[in-house]
Amino acid sequence: MARQLVKNPLSLIGIIIIVVFAILAIFAPLIAPIPEGHRDPYMIPRDGYSATPQPPNEEHIFGTTEGQYDIFYGVIWGTRSAFRVGLVVIGIVVAIGIVLGSLAGYFGGVLDEIIMRITDIFLAFPALILAMAIVAAIGPSLRSVMIALIVVSWPSYARLIRGDILQVREEDYIEASRGLGASSGRVIIRHALPNSIYPTLVMASLDIGAIVLAAAALSFLGLGAPEGYADWGQLTSFARNWIVGPPGNSLKYWYAVTIPGLFILFFVLGWNLLGDAFRDILDPRLARR
Amino acid sequence: MENLVTIRDLAVRFYTYEGVVHAIDDLDLDIRQGETLGIVGETGSGKSMTALAILRLIPYPGRIESGSIVFFDRDGGGELELLTLSEGRMRSIRGNKISMVFQEPGSALNPVYTIGDQISEVFLLHRRQELGHRAKQRVESLLSDGSGLADSVRRPFWRWQRRLYNKIAQKSHPVEPRLLSHIPLFRRLLWRLQDEASLLTVNMLKDVEIPDPARVAVHYPHELSGGMKQRAVIAMALACSPKLLIADEPTTSLDVTIQAQMLELFRRIKADTGASVLFITHNLGVAAEVCDRVAVMYAGRLCEIAGVEEIFLHPSHPYTKALLDAVPMPGKELQTIPGALADALNPPPGCRFHPRCPSATPMCQQERARLKEVAKDHMVACHLC
Repeated sequence: MARQLVKNPLSLIGIIIIVVFAILAIFAPLIAPIPEGHRDPYMIPRDGYSATPQPPNEEHIFGTTEGQYDIFYGVIWGTRSAFRVGLVVIGIVVAIGIVLGSLAGYFGGVLDEIIMRITDIFLAFPALILAMAIVAAIGPSLRSVMIALIVVSWPSYARLIRGDILQVREEDYIEASRGLGASSGRVIIRHALPNSIYPTLVMASLDIGAIVLAAAALSFLGLGAPEGYADWGQLTSFARNWIVGPPGNSLKYWYAVTIPGLFILFFVLGWNLLGDAFRDILDPRLARR
Repeated sequence: MENLVTIRDLAVRFYTYEGVVHAIDDLDLDIRQGETLGIVGETGSGKSMTALAILRLIPYPGRIESGSIVFFDRDGGGELELLTLSEGRMRSIRGNKISMVFQEPGSALNPVYTIGDQISEVFLLHRRQELGHRAKQRVESLLSDGSGLADSVRRPFWRWQRRLYNKIAQKSHPVEPRLLSHIPLFRRLLWRLQDEASLLTVNMLKDVEIPDPARVAVHYPHELSGGMKQRAVIAMALACSPKLLIADEPTTSLDVTIQAQMLELFRRIKADTGASVLFITHNLGVAAEVCDRVAVMYAGRLCEIAGVEEIFLHPSHPYTKALLDAVPMPGKELQTIPGALADALNPPPGCRFHPRCPSATPMCQQERARLKEVAKDHMVACHLC
């Protein structure tokens, strides 16, 4: 599997991007040292209160954004926020999806009907609007963003797993293992799930990028982390008024929006390439030699 | 001869959107100790449903409507009414006392586990105590043989293992190992159970005449040929030396030479273990080859049941006669049975075969024929006999 991953140039690029981001996140305190006397390392240090962004200079190598927040510090520590949001949300969503989806798919009948109608209710709302409403209701913070994203994304996972379990459930080996005296729990965990989990893993790796993008969008709308929290969405949000510079020099404040934007772009791109690679490797219809 | 399984008045119905399907209707059937009973019939005649009903695995929306299935277990248990047992008791019978071989060996094996893993699972499900006992003995021999520095470091760990396996060997549901076996990483601590199970597995594979069993055990199903897979499936079914082996068309998807090998294997297994075999097939040649008695089913009902020679030499039911005529013979034009299999949603009244029967009488259209004995051990359900 590792060899297949490395052989494909696109998946190799994906791996490199994600590994670089992981290194940035792990060594954040070394790359962007926490200033002395600074209490919360996730709050971006600021250098004054002037609204106008300052271009890159020796002290702030990526410049500062509105409110003199240091962009370099923000994007480096923001990598940690991005990983946290992406992995935690996807982890919980996949766990919920596996439990509910396999119960619905395997047992069918009334249980299936109840769980699927609940997912229908959630899927009936536009995801981002529902997430905004949830964040607005429980108060803006990074945790509310994560809760909101979990609430809006579990139904599609429950659906996906249910469908795959439904398909696998009819296979002879499921009946054979029941005929050999295995209990329902054992059949689901040992026989049904290992044969139906791959599409979910692929979708999960593709979705990490989408989740981070949605979190950034919520932060951009001012519904995410508290002001000054290291978060890429927040940084782009600060740059909202500085996308276009003064007449005659419209690219004057390019760094304020481009740098956090590029971080988001590469992070999402990395996960997407990795997800495609996973699909090629894990999907037995494409990869069984 | 004593009966191993006695089925009385069994009715299985499927509640579908189109209506109620009478998959099995008032079936009486005895499986005797140590015999091979063949069930033959067309597709949809209820052969497989009879097998699944014995295991109580009728798929949704089917239900066992009424009747009784008594399983007589000589070594403990005594007479068991399978239809009223709790699901837990039933699970301890499936794969242990009664097991099943499925038609398609390719799809009866889980593609993501090795052959060895899948057969071991049966031992881990039903032979836990025995495995615990074996594992305990192994640890004890380690404790008595072990010497040197490395072993004295491992000694406390071995003592703990001995206590653990002792618990497994003694009670069937000890708390501590049970807790362990449910937590993914801790499950590894019980690896000795798995080792013992894989030893038994290799023996089992040897028993079904798989060459180089230790190597085959670590292969995945897709790496084996159809015949090997079927042998592995049979090994899985025989793992716990069941009293009754149900074989649902075990040779249908194999080519003829492999079929012959399988039939030989079934004969040998029966001679070795003394198990009864319920052999479901639509191939009359196969039935003649392996069975002691043959039951003929049509549209969910039993038509005729007799010893294998009796039924082939003196078929009494018109359906049996027609089936025997429909066997292709060189130099003879193929005789088919006119009409189609009875519609299970709206079965014809009276004898279900009457619309296709060459000698049907008005009585056949109204009244259902009961089984009656026309010769010794030869029962027929027909008004004309």
